[in-house]
Amino acid sequence: MNDAGNNQLVQFHNVNFSLPTAAAPIISELNLSVAQGETLVLLGESGCGKTTTLKLVNRLLVPTGGEVVVEGKSTTAWDPIALRRRIGYVIQEGGLFPHFTIARNVGLVPSLLGWDEARKRERVRELLDLVGLDPEQFAERYPRELSGGQRQRAGVARALAADPPLLLLDEPFGALDPLTRASLQREFAELSQRLGKTAILVTHDVREALILATRIGLMHNGRLLLLEPPDRFLTSNNPQARAYLDTLAVAEQAGENG
Amino acid sequence: MSFWHFLQLNWAELLLLIRQHLVLVFIAILAAVIIGVPTGILLTRHRALRGPVLGLANVMQTIPSLALFGFLIPLPFIGGIGARTALVALVLYSLLPIIRNTVTGILGVEPSVREAAVAMGMTDGQVLRQVELPLAMGVIVTGIRVATVIAVGVTTIAAAVGAGGLGVYIFRGLRQYDNNLLLAGALSAALLALAADFSLGLVERRINSAERKFAGRSTRRKLVLAVAVVLVIGGAALWRSLSNTDNPDIRIGSKDFTESALLAEIVAQMLEARGVSVERRFELGGNLPHEAVVTGTLDLYPEYTGTSYTAILHHKPISDPRAVYDQVKQEYAEKFNVEVSQPLGFENTFAILVRGAEARRLNLKTISDAAQYAGEWRAGFGQDFMSRADGYPGFSKTYGLKFAEVREMDLSLTYIALSSNQVDLIAANSTEGRIATLDLFQLADDRHYFPPYEAVYIVRQDSLARVPKLREVLAKLANAISTEEIRQLNYEIDGNKRDPKEVVREWIARKG
Repeated sequence: MNDAGNNQLVQFHNVNFSLPTAAAPIISELNLSVAQGETLVLLGESGCGKTTTLKLVNRLLVPTGGEVVVEGKSTTAWDPIALRRRIGYVIQEGGLFPHFTIARNVGLVPSLLGWDEARKRERVRELLDLVGLDPEQFAERYPRELSGGQRQRAGVARALAADPPLLLLDEPFGALDPLTRASLQREFAELSQRLGKTAILVTHDVREALILATRIGLMHNGRLLLLEPPDRFLTSNNPQARAYLDTLAVAEQAGENG
Repeated sequence: MSFWHFLQLNWAELLLLIRQHLVLVFIAILAAVIIGVPTGILLTRHRALRGPVLGLANVMQTIPSLALFGFLIPLPFIGGIGARTALVALVLYSLLPIIRNTVTGILGVEPSVREAAVAMGMTDGQVLRQVELPLAMGVIVTGIRVATVIAVGVTTIAAAVGAGGLGVYIFRGLRQYDNNLLLAGALSAALLALAADFSLGLVERRINSAERKFAGRSTRRKLVLAVAVVLVIGGAALWRSLSNTDNPDIRIGSKDFTESALLAEIVAQMLEARGVSVERRFELGGNLPHEAVVTGTLDLYPEYTGTSYTAILHHKPISDPRAVYDQVKQEYAEKFNVEVSQPLGFENTFAILVRGAEARRLNLKTISDAAQYAGEWRAGFGQDFMSRADGYPGFSKTYGLKFAEVREMDLSLTYIALSSNQVDLIAANSTEGRIATLDLFQLADDRHYFPPYEAVYIVRQDSLARVPKLREVLAKLANAISTEEIRQLNYEIDGNKRDPKEVVREWIARKG
């Protein structure tokens, strides 16, 4: 499906990104490939450059050095509108439009692509079912009338609407209470496996990374420190990785003692 | 006359003024929205323009409205007298709140929502139309609401440039010291402002609640429908008001005081009696009627030779009436292609007045007699007298007058100020009807400072050629009005508060 021939959907080649107003670069010399069907989780504290990395993929930002290649073509060679319509995007709280109903929010990209009404309505029903929202009950509601978890489900449905090959998720479960988060994480893992989607997900929650990732990329100060599957990440000697794993250990200990 | 009685007599005219007022405000706001909203959108796209453009709009709004009208009058295309100038000024005033609120509204859209819109693959136009504008609409309507309320107020000043509206009653009321006129004008303007505020407030609340909660498309359709209805009604009113004033034969102007409007009305009625259609543009401020006749916006207006001689031709005052008249007639023909009619038979000079009782007590006859008391007196002068070439500066120098205090006030208020001891000396019009009724005494101009002010009509030469009946009417009016007669006519209007049209009709009937 692409000229790289090795099923790499997204590739970063020596990517740098800096703002003219800031001295320190936000991304330095980033090299990275995301294979078809994989879920890459970028892990790191806030300000490490993980969200910027995500925005470089759908050309909300353009690298100041190197290139980002999506489906074999540099993002700067893509028509940005066409590129974005092929990439699902989910942000915290879903980023739903407050003045659109849930149905209109979910059917947004199909509308932009000019689908006819009947096909769009059918797709919206299907997607709401898929993310566990009853279409009868939720289609005509406004985002304000939904709980945080329900909004997040609608956000995922919207990202999936036009069946994009790639999903970008920016701390999608960050604002949810722990129980809702856990169930949504489980459902998402199952869903992305079933649909065979490629996903890049950004989080600062190491537990979430371990649950969802096929590979974990650990970022710090704009650099990729480590890129390993979860089992290798657990045994890594990298001090940053250990620091994350220690928080996990403390939590478990507390759990056992309690 | 009670206010209620006044309304019964004048409701038709009041409704006409309200309609003029509304049409002015409506067109101005429509134009300001058409210019302001896209400008605001542009500013959200080009950050560098934001400061300068908003700054300019801000400065525009700090210019006092009367001054802004003054700047606009001499400009070609957008200036002159009438509704056009008023509209330009109104639009300039309305722009700031509309531009500012458009910018604030759009920039106030949640950044994550905008980012999601872009990331979904919306084009800039789609982000604007589907996300930013709908979410900013409440704030934008608030801006339109503020602009509308301001415009209803500023439109009252539009009467000063002959655009009509409720300001006509307010200015006339101030001049004639008539509370009924003032009340009718000011009260109606205030009610209009409240009504505009209230109805746009409803629209605003509707939008905000629609976006906050449930009602979706159906509300938006109703809103679009309501806006469409308003546009249609406004458009119809505009069309009617424009078609009403289609091509009259003669456009007559007057200055902004009773006698000038009276003399203009006399010509208007005599022309109408001869089948000539007339448009009245009365009560124009300052030298506006002169400018309008020279540029061809007006055909004719009443003037005084002394005013032409000093204020327009900038000569030093002289005292020979014949010499002044001949000089004015010759220079007007050469410079402006404008003709000066035969004198009407009376002079309206500045009359220096003191209270009758004071004059008898101090045995005052002339201005020179009064000079020794000036140091203890307060003088009250109209804005016109303070500023013109044959006014206060030369007057005080000629007679060596040094007043304890000089108060600049509206001319029409000086009479009442003098009779009620607020001031001790005023400069009034010699034909003023209230001189006798308030027991005021006119001091003789013993040094002949004031030039002769013979009443004449100033008329365009091409108008005389185009409408021959005009010459016939002006010939009939030569030497036709005595000083006693004009005082009487003025008093009927100012003193007895009668309708000028009726007073003129009676006078013409009497003269035959």
